[in-house]
Amino acid sequence: MKGIAVSTTVNGDAVEFVCHGRETLLDVLRNHLGLIGAKEGCGTGDCGACSITLDGQLVCSCLVLGAEVEGREIETVEGMADGDKLHPLQKRFLEKAALQCGICTPGFLIAAKALLERNSNPSESEIRYALAGNLCRCTGYDKIVRAVSAAAGDMRRQQKAEAKRKSSR
Amino acid sequence: MKHDSKFTNQKFKLVGTRVMRPDGVDKVTGRARYGADTFAPGQLVGAILRSPHAHAKIRSIDTSRAEKLKGVKAVITSADLPDLTDGDSDLYDILENCMAREKALYDGHAVAAVAASDAETARKALKLIKVNYKILPHVTDVDEALKPGAPIIQPRVLTKDKPHKPTNNAGVTTYGHGDVDAGFEKADVVIEKSYKTEQVHQGYIEPHACLASMGPDGQGELWVTTQGQFAYRNWCAALLGMEMSQLKVTSSEIGGGFGGKTHVWTEPLALALSRKANRPVKLVMSREDVFRGSGPASSTSIDVKLGATRDGRIVAAHAALRYSGGAFPGISGDIGAMVAWACYDIENVKSVGYEVVVNRPKVAAYRAPSAPMAGFAIESTVTLLAGELGIDPVEFRLKNAAREGTRASYGPTYGPIGIVPSLEAVKNHPHMRARLGKNQGRGMACGFWFNFGGQTCADLAIGEDGTVALSVGTVDVGGARASLSLIAAEELGIPYEQVRCNIADTASLGHNDMTDGSRGTFSSGMSTIFAARDAIEQLRERAAKTWDIDVENVSWKNGKAIAKGTRKSLTLAELAAASSNTGGPISGHNQVVADGAGVSFASHICDVEVDPETGATKVIRYTVVQDAGKAVHPDYVEGQFQGGAAQGIGWALNEEYVYGEDGRIQNPGFLDYRIPVCSDLPFIDTVILEVPNPNHPYGIRGVGETSIVPPLAAVANAVSNATGVRMTHVPMSPPRILAAINASLPG
Amino acid sequence: MPKVELFGGLRDAVDGAKSVSVEGKTIRELLQNLAREYPPMQERIDQGIAVAVDGVIYRDDRDQPIPKGAEVVLLTRIAGG
Repeated sequence: MKGIAVSTTVNGDAVEFVCHGRETLLDVLRNHLGLIGAKEGCGTGDCGACSITLDGQLVCSCLVLGAEVEGREIETVEGMADGDKLHPLQKRFLEKAALQCGICTPGFLIAAKALLERNSNPSESEIRYALAGNLCRCTGYDKIVRAVSAAAGDMRRQQKAEAKRKSSR
Repeated sequence: MKHDSKFTNQKFKLVGTRVMRPDGVDKVTGRARYGADTFAPGQLVGAILRSPHAHAKIRSIDTSRAEKLKGVKAVITSADLPDLTDGDSDLYDILENCMAREKALYDGHAVAAVAASDAETARKALKLIKVNYKILPHVTDVDEALKPGAPIIQPRVLTKDKPHKPTNNAGVTTYGHGDVDAGFEKADVVIEKSYKTEQVHQGYIEPHACLASMGPDGQGELWVTTQGQFAYRNWCAALLGMEMSQLKVTSSEIGGGFGGKTHVWTEPLALALSRKANRPVKLVMSREDVFRGSGPASSTSIDVKLGATRDGRIVAAHAALRYSGGAFPGISGDIGAMVAWACYDIENVKSVGYEVVVNRPKVAAYRAPSAPMAGFAIESTVTLLAGELGIDPVEFRLKNAAREGTRASYGPTYGPIGIVPSLEAVKNHPHMRARLGKNQGRGMACGFWFNFGGQTCADLAIGEDGTVALSVGTVDVGGARASLSLIAAEELGIPYEQVRCNIADTASLGHNDMTDGSRGTFSSGMSTIFAARDAIEQLRERAAKTWDIDVENVSWKNGKAIAKGTRKSLTLAELAAASSNTGGPISGHNQVVADGAGVSFASHICDVEVDPETGATKVIRYTVVQDAGKAVHPDYVEGQFQGGAAQGIGWALNEEYVYGEDGRIQNPGFLDYRIPVCSDLPFIDTVILEVPNPNHPYGIRGVGETSIVPPLAAVANAVSNATGVRMTHVPMSPPRILAAINASLPG
Repeated sequence: MPKVELFGGLRDAVDGAKSVSVEGKTIRELLQNLAREYPPMQERIDQGIAVAVDGVIYRDDRDQPIPKGAEVVLLTRIAGG
């Protein structure tokens, strides 16, 4: 079967791979690129465990074809931390015990990050509806919502501090 | 050395604190490896062909065209899985459930499997397998299956009475004491009601997945998502005719189990494929396969009769509980009957459990197996009766709750138990006094579940720098490694950060029973305590040797050996560093049958808002009160309470397997099998009670399961309070609630 | 002689009796004596049996002593999820 060569960017790195027409982006990430953070929970876009962002937009990677990402920018959970510095969402998820088995966690982190990028001070209701595309079976979502809310606060404080530093120069 | 497992009421420094879990960073960075997250050189992709018929004779299977397809390396049918069960009927059922033999017994029953070089080829190969079915009449409903003339599913299941004929009634079990007929005579008010609950699935987000690798020398390795690596090893070895030591099973991180990963389905098939192809085989279930081909919970049909005198005392209670076990007989009905009346002190009580075979997947445990359904029926009726008597539902339960010294409805007499404390906590909780708005209602319910102990062992190895590697055999489903590390650190008197807990594979530790029955922290915790005490014995001996004194004169405190009556001390790190000169590596070990675990009670409060125009119902406030004995890591105890409650809410309001006339599942996916999403639920408040378990050194009770028991009735009671309508069919989906509301309207 | 109560489907193995009298200083001894008196019990024991002694349920530990006058109840051995 003839493969399709694709050049793309994943977590800021230039990446090239060969896939065939029917492979999903999820298949490519996991089987070709070694990025196993995105998980297949359903393969039909219902559970959100495969969530990534594509050119900044939150998508289910099981609903995107590998061949579709030519020249685009993909972000996965593996790109969230800055070296060994965890993202505020990652820190708060740990601190607030917002994960039990952890299988849905990469998807939730990506979805929450996408939310906070467009709404830096979401209400409880806004958080719940933004995350309604990610299924969790272990936690009942309570600690997840608390973690996202706390991380939002951390990020607002961080942004304020950075803005102050910039303006004082 | 036999350790004493009695509760000692010690004061803790570390146990009970909220520390960071050791596997946490891996899980938030995508590094953690679950069942499908491993790859082997030369691996093949496994895929399974499943019956599209609910009940059919398999006349023949022609795999020749599939075998010839380029890229296909192995095709198997039941012919490749000879019956080695040697009269063990439970093992035979597992064998037949893993792959159909003469008959396909449910929609989704595996009939053949392939291993191919890629997923595309495997899919094509399945299409090339020709199965010649003779479709048989089917029955999927638990009550229909008991009617005369119903299609017989398991001809070997015979009636108890002569003449012994094949039947779908695979067993009747009775519990109780006293004289219920006489009891009902004494009652001032008697309520009789029937209930039905539909089949649900545990709904773990991670599908079953494994990587099987068999070598030409007959040795095998299996990487698998499981709740019990040892159990999986034992079953797979038995089914494949291997000795246990020839098969090494490593548990991956698990993406949810809840009882659904306590059985094998695809694993023996992956091993058989690997053996035939002589290559590693990775076999991952699709979500559709998970719904059709793994182990959901029973569907039920329950009749309850409850009688009380005007003063609020229950004088008689009777329940007939019919549970579907799927296509193979189990003990779901037995368990349902056992737990039905467990919360109460009743003089005349009887429960009869029926085990019914139907053309559905073989059921597996779902958290507290059989208890939520019985809880729904019983707790709905208890609230109904309280209403008839004009007594507050919590007061009514307090009047009749089981206490220490009560004869349980299933036989034994209770020791110290937490139901009255949980009811008192509910009674006094601010949730009970919160105002309710329009179309809103409040309900409460209590629930019971056993906790189990089981075979457990642990190794506590002390490195030369004094830090500790703790190996346990119970899979960590949700944070137990943190709790076990806390326990080890507490015992040794060292910082939590100096202990690292890992889950051993089957070649590295003695047998451990599965993580089920709320036993993970309870039993591995007990074994860790004793392994640490074993290590301390050895550390004291090393210190004694070093100081040339008697070991009786060495005590252990705060991570140090102390020569009694002097200032001389040696830290754990110092003793470890010198270990090569004092006798070699220091390692504590313990093996225990952690038996005599307590029982667990919970009471929940639920507020709902029901839209009278659509029947759509939302939970707007929820409180869980449950006894944990001792909360080792409170965050994870709260997590268990909240998770179980959320699953119960889904079960109560939306989740069900929808079967068509053809006996096929119509909704094998997360779109139409609707589990709660984030916007469906409120914050779930938790109250952790600590009534110490007298049979554990720290008083720990299991907590994982009980919280799924009360929600069905708590929600039903809330819906009743909101609408005046009593729901008797779960899930109480919008169409059902709307129909009930409309039926109750005048005219 | 201690009275042992039976529940669930176990009564069938002792001709329907609700309780039987059998000696046993430990759970192991008790079950051995029970199987000797009522041979159908052996199959039930092999299938899985739990023994509650004074309210505490033992599924595996056959060494557990049975104090004099203890309440002994036999149940199906069940598992959780």
